[in-house]
Amino acid sequence: MGIKWDEFFITGDPLILGSQIAIVLTMLGIVAGLTYLKRWKWLWREWLTTVDHKRIGIMYIISAVLMFFRGGMDGLLMKAQTSRPEMEFLTAQHYNEIFTTHGVIMILFMAMPFLIGLMNVVIPLQIGARDVAFPQLNALSFWLFFSGAMLFNVSFVIGGSPDAGWTSYFPLAGKEFSPGIGNNYYAVALQIAGIGTLLSGINFVVTILKMRTKGMTLMRMPMFSWTTLVTSIIIVAAFPIFTVALGLMTFDRLYGTHFFTLSGGGLDMLWANLFWLWGHPEVYIVALPAFGIFSEVIATFSRKSLFGYKSMVVSIVGIALLSMLVWVHHFYTMGAGAAVNSVFSITTMLIAVPTGVKMFNWLFTMRHGRIRTTTAMLWALAFVPCFVIGGVTGVMLAMGAADYQYHNTLFLVAHFHYVLIPGVVFAVFAGLYYWWPKMFGFLLNERLGKWHFWLFVIGFNVTFMPMFFLGLKGAVRRSYTFSVESGFSNLFLVSALGSVILAAGFAVFCYNIYWSLRHADRNITGDPWHARTLEWATASPVQPYNFAKLPVVDKLDAFWHMKKSDSPELTLQQTEIEEIHMPNNSGLPFVMGIIFGIAGFLLVFEWHLAAAVAAIGIFACLIVRSFDYNDGYHIHKAEVEQTEQAWRLREGEVNRYVG
Amino acid sequence: MSRFPIGHVLGFLFSLLLTFAAAGIALKTSLSFKTIMWIIGGLAVVQAGLQLTMFMHVNEGEDRHSQWINILYGVFLAVIIVAGSIWVMSFGGTHSH
Amino acid sequence: MSAKAYGTSSLPLEYQSEQSRMNILGFWIFLGAEIVLFATLFGVYGVLYERYAGGPTHQDIIMIREVMIQTMLLLTSSFTCGVAIHEMRRGSLKGLLTWLVITLLLGAGFLYMEINEFMHYVHEGATMQTSAFLSSFFVLLGTHGLHVTFGILWAIMVIIQLLQRGLTPVTARKTFIIGLYWHFLDVVWIFIFTFVYLKGMVS
Repeated sequence: MGIKWDEFFITGDPLILGSQIAIVLTMLGIVAGLTYLKRWKWLWREWLTTVDHKRIGIMYIISAVLMFFRGGMDGLLMKAQTSRPEMEFLTAQHYNEIFTTHGVIMILFMAMPFLIGLMNVVIPLQIGARDVAFPQLNALSFWLFFSGAMLFNVSFVIGGSPDAGWTSYFPLAGKEFSPGIGNNYYAVALQIAGIGTLLSGINFVVTILKMRTKGMTLMRMPMFSWTTLVTSIIIVAAFPIFTVALGLMTFDRLYGTHFFTLSGGGLDMLWANLFWLWGHPEVYIVALPAFGIFSEVIATFSRKSLFGYKSMVVSIVGIALLSMLVWVHHFYTMGAGAAVNSVFSITTMLIAVPTGVKMFNWLFTMRHGRIRTTTAMLWALAFVPCFVIGGVTGVMLAMGAADYQYHNTLFLVAHFHYVLIPGVVFAVFAGLYYWWPKMFGFLLNERLGKWHFWLFVIGFNVTFMPMFFLGLKGAVRRSYTFSVESGFSNLFLVSALGSVILAAGFAVFCYNIYWSLRHADRNITGDPWHARTLEWATASPVQPYNFAKLPVVDKLDAFWHMKKSDSPELTLQQTEIEEIHMPNNSGLPFVMGIIFGIAGFLLVFEWHLAAAVAAIGIFACLIVRSFDYNDGYHIHKAEVEQTEQAWRLREGEVNRYVG
Repeated sequence: MSRFPIGHVLGFLFSLLLTFAAAGIALKTSLSFKTIMWIIGGLAVVQAGLQLTMFMHVNEGEDRHSQWINILYGVFLAVIIVAGSIWVMSFGGTHSH
Repeated sequence: MSAKAYGTSSLPLEYQSEQSRMNILGFWIFLGAEIVLFATLFGVYGVLYERYAGGPTHQDIIMIREVMIQTMLLLTSSFTCGVAIHEMRRGSLKGLLTWLVITLLLGAGFLYMEINEFMHYVHEGATMQTSAFLSSFFVLLGTHGLHVTFGILWAIMVIIQLLQRGLTPVTARKTFIIGLYWHFLDVVWIFIFTFVYLKGMVS
């Protein structure tokens, strides 16, 4: 029972007050809108209870875009605060909260769900399956992520945001130095979302290992499926470490244990050790699927198979192994000694090798290709040079001795933004433009897409390039202001201006979604890009059962070769139509997500008894699930036939909507 | 399938043997700490392998290769996490606490 | 009898449907995650195990006789659980249920002793809050104990379903999976026995 009631709502700060009002108004608006349009039932039946991987994927992506907005606002506030020396826009405390939530939200609630959303939409289609291995578990994964994300965001207005950095190092994050409940939110909300991610990982490993269509051996799998498989394996390998680390943090903060405390024999740096044992693989969890997206996009728009497919696979698997062996490079300055730091310097530099292999593969894929500069391809093209800057500065940081200079400066901040923005954000944008028609049945506007692209890429470079130099001059990260005498003013100002351009790019992106939703042509074929992989062999948007007959594959880029040879795989005979078995919708995952959220909220406020009562609800749901023998339903032949005719008759119009 | 679960009984007897051997070596001998830890650690690993193969049917089914790779990768990770954490947090073996 | 239970397929009941095979593989992968989870707790324990902060040490608190009995209970329960699956494969629901109930009774006995052990430690002033060593000790053992508790509750649910529905491909798969879980907890205990208790008695 830690909280005083008068501290329950954060009051007094006009920025937060404004957000509180905005949140309440938005929620009222949504409730009123749904009621007015009589869409409550629709929302429940079509979305909240769905187990369809495509819809779950779309919900992930919508959440990710919203979180991108929230995390981006945090970033803009930081840039505004540091745009001039001695600025008094935010207080130090507010700045601390904002860089903490920016980091957590961007990594865990934007990058991860964006990629997992794309995986959800694409993977079953790409391997020629009708769904994931465990559809209901998939829905649970989403709702756990969603409830974790919401719980984390609530901290902003109720009880106070965490303020110890996204890494939340001890002793700062401990009860002694952060007595408020802000850091409880960190421990509990990430725990809930993390469980959801772990379940996703297991789900995709099994899906890819067991549900590939006939003839699709592992070495005939599209690259995005490969990266998803390996990413899922890293998720299963790394997330339990985070579960334990967060659990121990919760114990230290709530129950007075001494894992990371200064008193009682605890070791504060043990937290850093555990955090990065998870945290470094986490970098690859977000980077690998992004590499997969670029591989698909580059191959499609160069009209060539991916160069060096086998070396690509080997390097991905190599990265999966190496990713577990480099974690200490995040805290060389702990001073673990020459032996430890040398070993981790070497493993870290080694990881540049497989990454370099990929870079060359992408370049050679484009060589002699007939490149079409669609928006998706532009993102891939910009990714290459920008990511190389991130990678090369990473090798600089990899050297333990040199890192003592760079550590905790803006050089590091610039480095990881140059890795994560080209490596992840460019990728999810590329993936979104590329797979958008598969999800919704219309293209995003290419003209607006190009505005989005140029503003974003220019803004990104203008924002983060100066930070390398600021860092080299000695500007430290997480510092809410700087003096005039430091000589940092100009570079900080340029960086702040860059962030405005970046934000403008994001605004164009949002407008593009709005414009395309209203005006884009709905009459597109299943394969608007002339693509190579199986997800394009079916309708856009995809029918609930994905494929009327599961395609049979005999080589890499199977769909491309089917088109070339006019394969009978592409046509559907009356006799081939069968009843299709589908899983039923279920409200249980949604209910469990809510109960997890409530239990988590009560735990954050250290109302243990109430939290325990809520946790019983989780067990009740598990029991209900265990006794549920519902076996799904069948889609009748006639219905399949009708659906298939509707989209296959459109086939004549290939290419009309491509730039 | 035979009525008498001979494999399970053998597995059980082996696991008892290994447990008592480990306890005996740890509690009744005066070998050095390091030697004892290597021996009883080895016995624990053997016993884990015994459970996997004799009780958990890890060699069964069309996915036995995946199951083995999964377990071996898990063991690899376990070694990295335990040995790595201890090594790093003892500052490369230079501090004992 | 046994031939009939296997039906036309030569595969055991629990492997007969594709969904069951996926569930079993999925559970193995979940066990991979559990290996990492426990490895992290062992790593934490390995880092903190001599940080007594002036509080009690291993030798002060460990009751090796009780621990040996706990070990025997859990080892035997892993064996009886294996026999239960053996009976299931013979198609004997009665044999399966009998051995499963024995397994759970042994598990409950283990749990009873572990709780007593913990209460004894707390009585002696060795609590989770005393030192880093004891924090890691209690959380490692407690996590295992919690898994056993969860396993018992889960197995009871499976037993109810076996009573309701008899041996079907679905109930057989559920039984097989809880069996895997139970054996895995025994494996974890072997490492706790070795690297917490025996190591504590040696050092």
